[in-house]
Amino acid sequence: MAVEIGGIGHSVKRKEDARFIRGKGKYVDDVKLPGMLYLDIARSPLAHARIKNIDTSKALKIPGVVAVITGKDLVPLNLHWMPTLMSDKQMVLPTDTVLYQAQEVAAVVATERYIAADGVDAIEVDYEPLPVVVDPIKALQPGATLVREDREQKDNHIWHWEVGDKAGTDKAFKDAEVVVKQDLYIPRIHVSSIETCGIVASFDKVEGKLTVWMTTQAPHAIRTVIALVAGHLGLAEHKIRVISPDIGGGFGGKVPVYPGYVLAIGASVLTGAPVKWIEDRAENIQADSFARDYHISAELAAKKDGTMQALRVKTIADHGAFDAAANPSKYPAGLFHIITGSYPFQKSFVEVDGAYTNKPPGGIAYRCSFRVTEAAFTIERLVDVLALELKRDPAELRMQNFIPPTAFPYTSALGWEYDSGDYGRALRLAMDKIGYAELRKEQAAKRAKGELMGIGISSFTEIVGAGPSKNFDILGIKMFDSAEIRVHPTGKVMVRIGVKSQGQGHETTFGQIVAEELGIPVADIAVEEGDTDTAPYGLGTYASRSTPVAGGATAIAARKIREKAKLIAAHLLEANPDDVEWKDYKFQVKGVPAKSKTMQEVAFAAYTNHPQGMEAGLEAVDYYDPPNLTFPFGSYICVVDIDRGTGEVKIRRFVAVDDCGTIINPMIVEGQIHGGLTMGLAPALYEQITYDEQGNIQGGTFMDYLLPTAMETPNWETAKTTTPSPHHPIGAKGVGESATVGAPAAIANAVVDALAHLGVRHIDIPITPWKVQKILKEKGVAE
Amino acid sequence: MAVETAPTTSKGQRTLKIHVTINGAPHDVDVEARTLLVHFLRENLGMTGTHIGCDTTNCGACTVLLNGRAVKSCTVFAVQADQGTVATVEGLEKDGKLHPIQEGFHQEHGLQCGFCTPGMMMTAVALLEKNKQPTELEIREAISGNLCRCTGYVNIVKSIDHAARVMRETAEGKA
Repeated sequence: MAVEIGGIGHSVKRKEDARFIRGKGKYVDDVKLPGMLYLDIARSPLAHARIKNIDTSKALKIPGVVAVITGKDLVPLNLHWMPTLMSDKQMVLPTDTVLYQAQEVAAVVATERYIAADGVDAIEVDYEPLPVVVDPIKALQPGATLVREDREQKDNHIWHWEVGDKAGTDKAFKDAEVVVKQDLYIPRIHVSSIETCGIVASFDKVEGKLTVWMTTQAPHAIRTVIALVAGHLGLAEHKIRVISPDIGGGFGGKVPVYPGYVLAIGASVLTGAPVKWIEDRAENIQADSFARDYHISAELAAKKDGTMQALRVKTIADHGAFDAAANPSKYPAGLFHIITGSYPFQKSFVEVDGAYTNKPPGGIAYRCSFRVTEAAFTIERLVDVLALELKRDPAELRMQNFIPPTAFPYTSALGWEYDSGDYGRALRLAMDKIGYAELRKEQAAKRAKGELMGIGISSFTEIVGAGPSKNFDILGIKMFDSAEIRVHPTGKVMVRIGVKSQGQGHETTFGQIVAEELGIPVADIAVEEGDTDTAPYGLGTYASRSTPVAGGATAIAARKIREKAKLIAAHLLEANPDDVEWKDYKFQVKGVPAKSKTMQEVAFAAYTNHPQGMEAGLEAVDYYDPPNLTFPFGSYICVVDIDRGTGEVKIRRFVAVDDCGTIINPMIVEGQIHGGLTMGLAPALYEQITYDEQGNIQGGTFMDYLLPTAMETPNWETAKTTTPSPHHPIGAKGVGESATVGAPAAIANAVVDALAHLGVRHIDIPITPWKVQKILKEKGVAE
Repeated sequence: MAVETAPTTSKGQRTLKIHVTINGAPHDVDVEARTLLVHFLRENLGMTGTHIGCDTTNCGACTVLLNGRAVKSCTVFAVQADQGTVATVEGLEKDGKLHPIQEGFHQEHGLQCGFCTPGMMMTAVALLEKNKQPTELEIREAISGNLCRCTGYVNIVKSIDHAARVMRETAEGKA
């Protein structure tokens, strides 16, 4: 029975595959409308410059070029600036100054894609170069080049944010027996979903209705933002339809609003023709928002016996020229204060300062929930530094300190209430699976022979599912989420949700939640999302929030349906509702299994034979405001071998034990972990975007920004423990990002472990062969 | 190449007439000389199953078979396909029956967002034409020019192995 239903816990094959494996997915660039125009963007070659003149005459002479838009054209429309999600503002097109390389300077609208590109090539801009600041530490020094002349505040400091007990933490450090300190740099990286960003905007002048197909992870929020930003142009929210079609990966990069979107909408409103803008990869990497770029200084106070006591962290966050982070309003540094991790610190104090630099907008996610990777990496690296200082085994030191399972719900030193956890069980399972004790013996034997092998652990705690509306909003919109379920007379179901898959498989998993609750086979349940004209309002998919928030809404909406269905079943069974129970996916008269009604029978009756006085139909809506966040966790162990000739780090094995609470679809969860691990491997060993002193990007294409291929990626080994979330309707916690959060520290710890006997205590990621080889040469062990 | 020169367009671009067979169907079309094969497929013919993920021939989302060889169609001009055959994802399913590679990706959960999938499958088809029983390393090498950001490749490797197995069994059954 259960297998046919395909409810929670079943590896149901994905429904969405049918179109994708046939090349029938509908991504934004696949949308083609009659009379559609194409928009392309001219970008700045300089990182900081005054625009003396923009000559568009040659571009306008090209047959097929319809219009060229510059910042000056947008001033009368008041569209030359737009708000960011972080209470800052960002130029759509500049009127006088550009602030980073690849910033949008002008847009060309043409009848064909290639002609728009020809137009861009024909635009001539006269720039006067200005001094450039790319280092946030230098940017915060007195007299530094001012990035944002438009602000009243005449320095590059964006905000200061702090949390915790400063005096208590300082005292704990003063009194501590052991203090370790480590500076870490978490480099700037880019999500680089394989589909870039794009939009088709179509304004119907007669109806006054704007329809946009857009690569957005949060279509409803975008609709509201458009209404707020462009209301003065006559766009009203009931006449704005945002469709987020199939999305080719998001990972946080498709949360912000980019100037190209605004330009395409503006061009469509002005011309009355549909306008398409699709960025190419170089534009995507060079100008779209970035992740990380955190300069961290972290200290840990402990007793000599290894008991961790206090944590103190100071960070400078590079947010580029515009603070376009997609964090909840209250938290400019996101959920960075999950940094106390899996350990019961008594005292902690964390401060972060945001800085402007001549770089593209920073501060968005890279498949992680609001700065959680930065936090998890720091604490898990620091624990290994402490283990080295105390000459302790890093697994044993973690086991000694973990928050015990009996302590949940546990309130951390920085104020989070962890819902549930059993950290020791996850680490023990990982150690058993990888054969930890044997590996340590092998390592000792290899060291004696001069071979370099390392074992790294990361026992991370995540924080996802934003979030409770008392604490979480984006631009004031509370971060609830929603589901609407309609059961049709023949027992088939339509589910609409406020989130939006970018590959997570919602059409399958949300169907499974409803299948489980209603006893209707998942094959008979259609799930729709991403169309603001039909889906209930929601805040979208990012920060692993779909299952924790919209998943809760879906389960509760289904339960509302079941409540009504029970009354109908009682009516059909001629029984008192109190004598009817939901058992084995059916309504039964208690103690009389032969007297039962299926949900399909009830659904038909809901339209044909419902009790007198009851409303017809069988449907429900729920807007779910979670009582708390969820706290997935895991323990990862990585084994590396290092080539003493090339400095190459080879991952021999990697065991990932994850605990994301109740699992809806094990196949999909495992797939998410595989992908997350690969996006954890990427910044650990390969990916980084740097700039030279003039602000020129180094790594602005896939030629030199190294995404891991199948050759670099090891055969991930996964296992699980299950500790359900006590407050979530189905006990699920979310999993999309755990592996990206947990993996980098395990890899970095393994490399440092391989070199620790040579006196190495830390290496900043990405740990490239060049960095390792330099160390090997310094230590005199290079081959 | 037997290419006739057609007149220039109103936009001043030289066009050429090409004859190309795509998924078995012949096409005689005028194209601008500078049109990339991927844009020819997507824009001129409306075959949007082939995707574009970069502009430097790194990601492989645009992979199609040109005369049986896997090529990245963002780095081939349409005119280079003149007199040739092109196979795309739209041609994999025949008479309502999925190609084993499509079945493999579905069964082994080899796709998530689906964007890299058509290129990944076409690369795999080219591999399995040459190598009926590839090792894991051979599969990984074959797809090393196709980037995927969602799956971590583990299940893609399994999907291709699944297809190879099915194709061998089918071949043995017929023999």
